[in-house]
Amino acid sequence: MTYIDNSIFFLLQILFFGFGWLFFMRQLFKDYEVRQYVVQVIFSVTFAFSCTMFELIIFEILKVLNSSSRYFHWKMNLCVILLILVFMVPFYIGYFIVSNIRLLHRQRLLFSCLLWLTFMYFFWKLGDPFPILSPKHGILSIEQLISRVGVIGVTLMALLSGFGAVNCPYTYMSYFLRNVTDADILALERRLLQTMDMIISKKKRMAMTRRTMFQKGEVHNKPSGFWGMIKSVTTSAPGSENLTLIQQEVDALEELSRQLFLETADLYATKERIEYSKTFKGKYFNFLGYFFSIYCVWKIFMATINIVFDRVGKTDPVTRGIEITVNYLGIQFDVKFWSQHISFILVGIIIVTSIRGLLITLTKFFYAISSSKSSNVIVLLLAQIMGMYFVSSVLLIRMSMPLEYRTIITEVLGELQFNFYHRWFDVIFLVSALSSILFLYLAHKQAPEKHMAP
Amino acid sequence: MASLDRVKVLVLGDSGVGKSSLVHLLCQNQVLGNPSWTVGCSVDVRVHDYKEGTPEEKTYYIELWDVGGSVGSASSVKSTRAVFYNSVNGIILVHDLTNKKSSQNLYRWSLEALNRDLVPTGVLVTNGDYDREQFADNQIPLLVIGTKLDQIHEGKRHEVLTRTAFLAEDFNAEEINLDCTNPRYLAAGSSNAVKLSRFFDKVIEKRYFLREGNQMTLSPICWQMFSIWIPGFPDRKRFGGGTLKSLHYD
Repeated sequence: MTYIDNSIFFLLQILFFGFGWLFFMRQLFKDYEVRQYVVQVIFSVTFAFSCTMFELIIFEILKVLNSSSRYFHWKMNLCVILLILVFMVPFYIGYFIVSNIRLLHRQRLLFSCLLWLTFMYFFWKLGDPFPILSPKHGILSIEQLISRVGVIGVTLMALLSGFGAVNCPYTYMSYFLRNVTDADILALERRLLQTMDMIISKKKRMAMTRRTMFQKGEVHNKPSGFWGMIKSVTTSAPGSENLTLIQQEVDALEELSRQLFLETADLYATKERIEYSKTFKGKYFNFLGYFFSIYCVWKIFMATINIVFDRVGKTDPVTRGIEITVNYLGIQFDVKFWSQHISFILVGIIIVTSIRGLLITLTKFFYAISSSKSSNVIVLLLAQIMGMYFVSSVLLIRMSMPLEYRTIITEVLGELQFNFYHRWFDVIFLVSALSSILFLYLAHKQAPEKHMAP
Repeated sequence: MASLDRVKVLVLGDSGVGKSSLVHLLCQNQVLGNPSWTVGCSVDVRVHDYKEGTPEEKTYYIELWDVGGSVGSASSVKSTRAVFYNSVNGIILVHDLTNKKSSQNLYRWSLEALNRDLVPTGVLVTNGDYDREQFADNQIPLLVIGTKLDQIHEGKRHEVLTRTAFLAEDFNAEEINLDCTNPRYLAAGSSNAVKLSRFFDKVIEKRYFLREGNQMTLSPICWQMFSIWIPGFPDRKRFGGGTLKSLHYD
């Protein structure tokens, strides 16, 4: 019996590993070349083990396979994931950061070990201000590690949720779209080209001056080093003084051209969004946006209530929903049977949407900030975030499950103060949502003024 | 000093291949100390003597427009970039010898620049499918430059150089492989410097002389003979000895 169970688990893990591998190759790294395969392996392994945890929850609800083998796999999975998140990934992040710095290239291993030790120190210190453990646990137990990973992961989840809850209606609704005409874009482009022309004429002067200086035998040396700077104060050829002056003007103009470029790109993006909102899909999303804005306001309200009145929900939505239907609406049905299926569907939806949402966000993030040098480090950071996110999802999902399914999570994760994590989630969610509203409001206000200015 | 005529050359390639270092080396003969990310487009100017050493020597400004970004950018960024592709006289395609993807992306880069007159449909040609006919038809001179040559191991050099030779052939262009942090690759008289001069001359010809017909037949031979007779002489002698021709263009 257990032999079949183990092989099923193993097979599913290979499946998840393959999926992570494909995602990495096709989506994340599609513009870069994978030179260090270890990065891809680590990413896929983290993804595989994180997904296995969710799969174990589903199995728990559906009561598939042997209960003791499930418990064993829970423990094993948890150990492996913690090993990866606390030991492997941070070490490799440090290693790749150090590899990028040319100076420290020789003693890469030494410096990456040092970085890892610093990380461990701060990671440990993280546990002090939070009331997350009862004192009877040992130093190197799973509970210690999980509690800290949970804090970081829950903070991340709440930050992302808060920002997402506010940003989603803002992007979907066309109410917030600024009115951009083709004439605006043309005007900006003309300004951009004019600035480029000014830069070019100054550079032409500089190039000609350099050439005449070269022919006359003077050489323009940029003041380098301490003595160079001292010397340049006292003696400087008139040619090179001229050059430095023009160079300063050119620097200012280049900064202006960069600003204009970014603004023009912004206008093009807004124009595309306006066109998109006129299509059928756009109108559908616009409607969704209104719906989500109501949902967002409700969530903020609930978070405030939870914090102010210091209450943590005791029952999960499924049981609560069934209670309401049975008691108030008078509909009778087989509670046990339906609660299992409904919680499976609910938990399944939560899991799938959170995985999908996280992968999409990570991909967007990766495209925005990575370059060919830093791509390895960033992917590993994303793997770390993903692992911590999924571990804390397991922590928090406990609240959405009926009591009989919660026991396995409580057993496996040990005696953590689950209530603390929910409270912490609410606090960070509130903070993140409110500051996102403020941030978006400021950004929205500032933009039209830039275009009004001549 | 009256104003000289100008030609516009685009420098395209993936981010991080070394376009800014290359442009800095070409225009200021110095190595760029602190390369940073290019946002938008940065321009630099090189003073070039067309048909150097011949009686028809004339000085031109070559504007090198270094357009930043990646092929996979959002379409709004691509539309903004398109404004720089107006009236281009030559294109330098830069790729990183240590990164195969950057060489493959050169097809997409060239299509983006050459097809800017067509409506951008968002469907980009993948590397397998590009149309050689398009490049044979193309009037704009291309040059392919591979950077970071010093980071290629001696053993793998042959394989890499064969691959890039095929690449340059596909574009119907010359190729130069160098390391942007070492000016000796473009030292005067070296074959790389000759190829570069030849490319710039071709750009200037296509822009200014093509309509005027065949002033070209005799001059390249004279010019090449000069460069064979006087190989590797330093720039200084060339400039100091001759007189600067009048810079008026009638």
